[in-house]
Amino acid sequence: MSDRLPGFSTLAVHAGAQPDPTTGARATPIYQTTSFVFNDADHAASLFGLQSFGNIYTRIGNPTNAVLEERVAALEGGTAALAVASGHAAQVVVMQQLLQPGDEFVAARKLYGGSINQFSQSFKSFGWNVVWADPDDIASFERAVTPRTKAIFVESIANPGGSITDIEAISTVARKAGVPLIVDNTLATPYLIKPIDHGADIVVHSLTKFLGGHGNSIGGVIVDAGTFDWSKDGKYPMLSEPRPEYHGIKLHETFGNFAFAIACRVLGLRDLGPALSPFNAFLILTGIETLPLRMQKHCDNAKAIAEFLSGHSAVASVSYAGLASDKYNQLARKYSPKGAGAVFTFSLKGGYDAGVSLVSKLTLFSHLANVGDTRSLVIHPASTTHSQLDDAAKVRSGAGPDVVRLSIGIEDKEDLIADLEQALGA
Amino acid sequence: MNHDAYPDNYIRGILNSVKSIAMVGASPVNVRPSYFAFKYLAQRGYDMIPVNPGHVGKELIGKPFVASLADIGRPVDMIDIFRNSSHIMPVVEEALALDPLPKVIWMQLGARDDAAAEKAEAAGIKVVMNRCPKIEYGRLSSEISWMGVNSRTLSSKRPPAPTQGMQLSLNRTSVGGGHTAAADRAAKNKTEQS
Ligand SMILES: Cc1ncc(COP(=O)(O)O)c(C=O)c1O
Repeated sequence: MSDRLPGFSTLAVHAGAQPDPTTGARATPIYQTTSFVFNDADHAASLFGLQSFGNIYTRIGNPTNAVLEERVAALEGGTAALAVASGHAAQVVVMQQLLQPGDEFVAARKLYGGSINQFSQSFKSFGWNVVWADPDDIASFERAVTPRTKAIFVESIANPGGSITDIEAISTVARKAGVPLIVDNTLATPYLIKPIDHGADIVVHSLTKFLGGHGNSIGGVIVDAGTFDWSKDGKYPMLSEPRPEYHGIKLHETFGNFAFAIACRVLGLRDLGPALSPFNAFLILTGIETLPLRMQKHCDNAKAIAEFLSGHSAVASVSYAGLASDKYNQLARKYSPKGAGAVFTFSLKGGYDAGVSLVSKLTLFSHLANVGDTRSLVIHPASTTHSQLDDAAKVRSGAGPDVVRLSIGIEDKEDLIADLEQALGA
Repeated sequence: MNHDAYPDNYIRGILNSVKSIAMVGASPVNVRPSYFAFKYLAQRGYDMIPVNPGHVGKELIGKPFVASLADIGRPVDMIDIFRNSSHIMPVVEEALALDPLPKVIWMQLGARDDAAAEKAEAAGIKVVMNRCPKIEYGRLSSEISWMGVNSRTLSSKRPPAPTQGMQLSLNRTSVGGGHTAAADRAAKNKTEQS
């Protein structure tokens, strides 16, 4: 057997991992070490000079993390990946390779609230200027592009509203503008949507959510699709120009179609420092082995619960792309046919107070600020994740005062429905 | 041979059988990709010969430069051409004048000349285009996985233990793994445009 293309579940279990050559260990060992010995001075020099593949220091790379990186790259259909300490770290490291002070990037207005803050506040202090566009109006992306635009950023399934992004239409805008399209695929995971197949050039994830899947580890990853030509017009000097810290090598010329992932490692991770702990990498890898099973169950449960809520008299509206009546159902059928994810919002007729009361009465759903756990989760975004936004921005990003967000777990759906029923009822 | 997508066994067969490699366009400047590839392949045990008329009299990691393939003066198994696509044909013609003929002609990442490939294949020579032997060696030995690169191989077999420090051997059995269709398409489009 050779050169068969294995299926997604096979890759989720095997990609990147092989039995340990020295011990025969079958599970991926946790290489809980800061550093790795060199063979000799020449070997050390060639590693530091990027002439050899190998391990130096866990801030730059680690064999456990490398298995995780290759696994996510394989699942997304990318050429390479880089694991980092969190989803937010992934976003900083990506932008550092693309933007110089004074540059701009266009981002969808519907994003995780933390990303909206990161882009509009922290990134501003680096001189990286975000220009917002509306994912429901593709022309707004075109209008937002200027000669200083260096990238476009969207979420495949947006947090918190669960809306589906028309990745192909936005990738056409990116292609025309000559900039890479970055897709945050956290809420979909490659089991549901593979953004690279729809024109994404870079994929980022918070591994903290469905990929790790068990609510036990923070992590992030950057996947290089290997599709963007970094040297064509001098817009991306980090990749196309000689790097003084590496004796003048040009990363794109040297590393070809995985140069972006290498730049993120040898310029971003090395200098900014957000390394993932190998122990977290191990837990996340173990989580990924069951991703296809979990994700299907998450989606099936979410659909059943969305249907239950839309029929309930206390509920004003449910925004879940998996419902036939939903505004995003056409896009969900195209991009995410196996299910529309498991994070969605609904609004209560009783407004803010009803939201607060619901959260306090639920006994199986946990009230916390995360999504993508085996356990079902609930939060009131207006008073938590999106609280730093003004009221208009809250509504625009799908987190108005009457909105409750759910992240549906993999428990028995009957138990989840019973919990919601008792909390909504009295 | 379909030069858009090579089976792993084709590449593995070449890298496992050739012993000597003449690198045309090798550079003695230690930040050039050809220098990295030359040194890496020498460290993996290949008998490397740098070919570059501009550097005769100099050495690359101790190996003296020769001006042309004809000047090598002994049989070579593989010619690795580190030149742009537009400079491939004359090198292939030079290779075809060698006696004995080389077994393999390899064109670097970014380099492709289908007419030259056809000529070489007609003479019974195996051809690889638009690939880097260092990257392919690293991929098939899974050594490149240390950099988070998608090796596009899977294996449940215990690989041989590294022989020298962290250098892995090619004797690792694997089957096809995750593909990188989008990157392959982008490369093909670029070739067609140029
Ligand atoms: C869609 C999305 N992107 C990015 C992040 C940030 O990830 P992390 O918390 O791992 O930094 C989150 C976290 O909630 C998220 O939901």
